[in-house]
Parts: sequence; structure tokens; C-alpha cells
Amino acid sequence: MKKLLPFLAACLVLALSSFIVLRPAADGYQVGDKAADFKLRNVDGKMVSLADNKAAKGYIVVFTCNTCPYAKAYEQRIIDLNTKYAAQGYPVVAINPNDPAVAPGDSFADMQKRAKDKKYAFPYLQDETQQVARQYGATRTPHLYVLTRQGNDFVVSYIGAIDDNSEDAKQVKTKYLENALTDIMAGKPASVNSTKAIGCTIKWKRA
Amino acid sequence: MMNQLKSLILAAAFLLLALPGQAQKVDVIKLPELQKRLSRPTDTTYVVNFWATWCAPCVKELPHFDQLTTTYAKQKVKVLLVSMDYASQLDKKVKPFVQKRGLKSEVVLLNETDPNTYLDKVDTKWTGALPFTIILNNAKHKRATFEQEMSAEELQKQLQAFVN
Repeated sequence: MKKLLPFLAACLVLALSSFIVLRPAADGYQVGDKAADFKLRNVDGKMVSLADNKAAKGYIVVFTCNTCPYAKAYEQRIIDLNTKYAAQGYPVVAINPNDPAVAPGDSFADMQKRAKDKKYAFPYLQDETQQVARQYGATRTPHLYVLTRQGNDFVVSYIGAIDDNSEDAKQVKTKYLENALTDIMAGKPASVNSTKAIGCTIKWKRA
Repeated sequence: MMNQLKSLILAAAFLLLALPGQAQKVDVIKLPELQKRLSRPTDTTYVVNFWATWCAPCVKELPHFDQLTTTYAKQKVKVLLVSMDYASQLDKKVKPFVQKRGLKSEVVLLNETDPNTYLDKVDTKWTGALPFTIILNNAKHKRATFEQEMSAEELQKQLQAFVN
């Protein structure tokens, strides 16, 4: 029995660790967590970090891509968000976490083309190692995070959806993200700080 | 008499041939209807797959799910394929897709617009990514969810744990 115990413990550790490996994106940030900075390649070839923009009061970080129909449905709304909120200190930072080997339309060259065609006025970054998406806990595209500056740190203030109607922007009844930003810019916690939306699974690298 | 028999056989053969091409119906349902279906206290194991015609991994794994309807025909297993396509795409996309693939399982389209209000009511573990699958057996109080694409082997393995 005494010999069996370490063996069982080893089995348990093994079982637990395999569980953790299988569920990489299950955790991620909650509202109130400090968001780690990153350094990712923008479509213009330059590296971008949250710390670069000293004037930013915060960011609207959106995990999105070229290929997902939901991301496409929200593309214009993301462009409009940047137009409206960059001027108020909350610019958009778009991050494409998809593995181009799994989603061929999401290659860096395709991202460059998309950003050019649609005249993105915000960074469109490639999360090549998918480390940032995992760290944030992003599961789908589009998946949004509002970050608020606190000194040199950025704190997650809202996670989730843009609004309640992906198909038709004109039929939207509740603008979840904008409502949250209104609260946040008034110095209050967002009254609804976490929402869910349908989207495409992030195309994780095949093990 | 012989002629009658012949035409009967012909008619039967025609029916058999026509069956796979027959337009499978796709009911458009609202959330309460889906909730009702998923909360029945029966010993039938439900395999509920949320998919969409535009979702590549969903389309890839769909045959594995549809195959269960044939494989488990004699067991208390029911496959329900819930399309998350927009209701406006029912005739343009969903019905032609279902017909072309010759799906044998029941297909419904969930007609709701605000995921933030309905996702949690379907399952709190669902963050909204597609595909999403629930395997449940209410009589046995068992439920498992998968927010990822599943292989045929993985699906069989998971389902076995419910049927045995």
C-alpha cells in the first residue's frame, strides 16, 4: 500500500496536468484583472505594445479575424468604434489570433490586404504564438476586452460583445460595449461588465 | 395482377430513391422550445450540436454527429442539430445544405438575436464559440459540454459514457 501511494499520486498529477494542457483557454482574464502588455507585429511591420500610446486612457482590444462571418458582420462596427472612441482616449487594437495553417485566409499577407482595403485606422496585430489570446482567455472572434489605464497598468473593465444583434446593426437594441464605455469614462465600473456573443472558435494551432 | 405488382414495385423503388433527396424539414424554434426539449426527464441521451452553415469546423464535424442517428438507431439516443444561422438564411442556406448533405438527424434553427440573453440559458459553460455540443441524459442526471470541434472517435467515446 505504501508503495502504491506515490504511484497513485503520480497518476493524479499526470491526469491533472493533461487536463490543464487540454484546456488552455478555459481560464483567462476576469473583469478587474490586470492585463499583461504584449508586443505583436502590426500589418505595417512594426511591433505594437499597449505601453506605446502614452495618451491612451485605455483600449478596446478586439480579437478578430479576416475569415469569420461574425467578425465580418462586425467589421464596420469595429471601425466605427475606433472613430468614435479613439478621440476620447480609447482606441481600438485589433488582434488576429488564428493560426493561418488552419485558417488560410488569416495569413499575415491577408491581414495586410484586409487592413488596407478597409482602411483600418487602428493596429491590426498578428498573435502568431496565440499567447495573447490564451492569456486573455479569448475563445472566439470577435471577442472584446475594454482595458482602462491605472498608472502604468491596464485593468480589464469589460469583456464580451459589441451589441445584441450581429446580423443587422440597425436592429440593435442594446449596445453593450458602448454602455460599458459610458460608465467607464465616467469613472464608474460598467453596470454590465461581461456579456456573451456567438462567434467563430479561434483557430488554435494543431498540436 | 402482374402488371399491378410491377407498378407497385416501381412505385416503391421510386419512393426509396426519392427519399434521400426529399426536402428535410427544418423547424424554426425559439429558446423556450429548445429549453423544453432539453429538460425532458427521459432516459434518452440527447446529443445536441450547435452549428452553422458558415462555420467551417462545424461543417467538418457534422457527419460524425449525423452518423450517430444511424449507429445508435436501436438505442435511446437522439441527435438534435441546432443551426445557429440567421432565420433569414433558412431557405437560402440552411435547407439546401441539409438537403445536399442528406442529413438524417433532426435539424432545427434557433431563431434568437441576442446571444447574451440566451447562451447562459442554454448552458452557462457556453462562451458563444461554435461548434458547441451538449450530451445529456436527464434521467441519469448526466451532462457534458464541448466548446470545440470533435473527432468521430472523441464523440463516440464521450457518448459511450452516457449509453452504458
